[in-house]
Amino acid sequence: MTFVEFLQQLINGLSLGSVYALIALGYTMVYGIIGLINFAHCDIYMVGAYIGFFAATSLHLPFIPTLILAMAGAGIVGVLVERIAYRPLRKASNISLLITAMGVSLLLENGFNCIFGGDPRSYPHDILKQTNIELGPVHTDSLHLIILATSLVLMVLLQIIIYRTKIGKAMRATSADKDAAALMGINVNATISATFAIGSALAGAAGVLVGILYNSIDPYMGIQPGIKAFTAAVFGGIGLIPGAFLGGLILGVIETFVTAWYSPLAGAIGFIILIIILIIKPSGLLGKKVSEKV
Amino acid sequence: MLKKFVACALSVALVAGFAGCSGNASGQGGSPAGGAAGGTIKIGFIGPLTGSASSYGQSSQRGLQLLEEQTNKAGGINGQKVKVISVDDEGKPASAVNGGQKLINSDKVAAIVGPVTSTSANSLAPICQRYNIPMITGTGTNVNITKSGDCIFRTCFTDPFQGKIMAKFATDDRKAKTAAILYNNGDDYSKGLAEAFKSSFTGTIVDTETYNTGDKDFNAQLTKIAPHKPDVLFLPDYYSVVSIIMKEARNVGIKSTFLGGDGFDSPELFSIGGDAVNGAYFSDHYSATDPSKEVAQFIKDYKAKYNSDPDAFAALTYDAGKVLFDSIKKTKSTDANVVKNAMKAYNGQLVCGNIKFDSDRNAVKAAVIIKTQGGKETFYKKFLA
Repeated sequence: MTFVEFLQQLINGLSLGSVYALIALGYTMVYGIIGLINFAHCDIYMVGAYIGFFAATSLHLPFIPTLILAMAGAGIVGVLVERIAYRPLRKASNISLLITAMGVSLLLENGFNCIFGGDPRSYPHDILKQTNIELGPVHTDSLHLIILATSLVLMVLLQIIIYRTKIGKAMRATSADKDAAALMGINVNATISATFAIGSALAGAAGVLVGILYNSIDPYMGIQPGIKAFTAAVFGGIGLIPGAFLGGLILGVIETFVTAWYSPLAGAIGFIILIIILIIKPSGLLGKKVSEKV
Repeated sequence: MLKKFVACALSVALVAGFAGCSGNASGQGGSPAGGAAGGTIKIGFIGPLTGSASSYGQSSQRGLQLLEEQTNKAGGINGQKVKVISVDDEGKPASAVNGGQKLINSDKVAAIVGPVTSTSANSLAPICQRYNIPMITGTGTNVNITKSGDCIFRTCFTDPFQGKIMAKFATDDRKAKTAAILYNNGDDYSKGLAEAFKSSFTGTIVDTETYNTGDKDFNAQLTKIAPHKPDVLFLPDYYSVVSIIMKEARNVGIKSTFLGGDGFDSPELFSIGGDAVNGAYFSDHYSATDPSKEVAQFIKDYKAKYNSDPDAFAALTYDAGKVLFDSIKKTKSTDANVVKNAMKAYNGQLVCGNIKFDSDRNAVKAAVIIKTQGGKETFYKKFLA
């Protein structure tokens, strides 16, 4: 591999990783606040892509309103899922909640397949002009840069929301101890709803961006990136916003380099590397070892 | 309390529903009079009506339903009406097996047309063989499908044939000296074409890369291929994937001519891939611009019923159904053993050319090369291996 090729593959890896990072942010946020691995997150991402698709094709909206509508729609769906499926089980064991999340995931996938059909659909070609950007011998395209920038901005924004605002304080309090937070006058239900709204809106944004990037959306589009993003979140240290971002980028880069080296083993070797890193550092890259309260 | 009761009642009903299905499944299969009861001949159809290959399944289903309508209008087969019962397998082998067992055991079909995709056809073929139900796929091109036994037929050419044709086309027509291949490691169809191309291409294969089902980012593989500057890039996969690959390949700066198989055949290719898919060549079973009278008549009938142009999948499945219906008609029997023998001896001019079967029950016929240009598929030439 020449140096130019190496640089190009690094850029490819970061581009792929930025997609994972964008989805991983929502996973990690919900986990950080209520300790639930929300398997339906990747399907909210799909729902966002569909809302964006209909906004762009039926309502003929330009890019920014499409994105906002998809984020709002995905946010509402996320809150509804929490209200209908997760809240009644809040006192139940974690396993029940996890299985419910998988159920919601399957319901959304197959429900969408049933209503809209499994045909891949494509966004209008002119919604966001994709231009090649040449940087000397290497190149990338505008859309990948937008996705990378979006995940970076959202990561910073999330950090600000969680550590600098009142609702963020409520989220952290809820995360630390739900009952104590309620005793202190924090509306736990509203806080958890807000968490889901924000996390799902992020997924919605990712859905639209990735939908435009690959120009193809279908009801099962969330499954594969969902698994990768979840891995990225765990890898970075689940519950930690910067961890999700970093984990996503690193996973993308590892996967790309393994593919470039020997493509038939891409999936396997990428994950073996992750397992090794997790054996050495079980709480993830940025995770700190926290002792369980008994 | 009421909530709990409702939940319990629902789950009991659900379990009962499943039990019903499996109860039927244990029934006797392959009775000689299978499908002929009640004055109708039941024929099963299996294909991806939803999922990533749904445009194939839906076209195929339309082709068969057109034949069903025509046959019934003309008085059915030997006075009996034909009834096509369709099952959606979403392009998934497991669903094809479940759907096929439902058709055989609970619907008691006389024969099955399909499955449409190779992976599904491969998994259903041994089951049809076991129940002694004739299965005829119009579109499953994987070579192993008909190896399950003498119940399994196909009216299209095979993957090795397509790979071989495109390798020959690359050298003879495109004057290609170097080629690269990018294929799906987890898909029988993609792998079958890639391997045949690789072994038949007389020039140099400069690079072979793979990906997995569900991948949408191929930049790593394409970046590796780009510096080799191959004359042609062979992409043996379905439209939903190759359209993304071709788009990304042009972005990476690959200028090679794209070649592919019948998986390219879908109008969706252009809506996903845009301008990048223009100028590609792929092998196919049929072209709407073929001058033969069978093609013209088929297009006219199809347009009258569906108000759209038929693609190769519609034509192929129509042909597969025709072989089956003609054989039942000729023998005046739905007995699997009789129908099987009639199909083996079949020789007739159909929409996709003259069809007869070789000793492995595969159709013997020529391929059509189609070029994509200006957002449309155009007939390029007929090509013999």
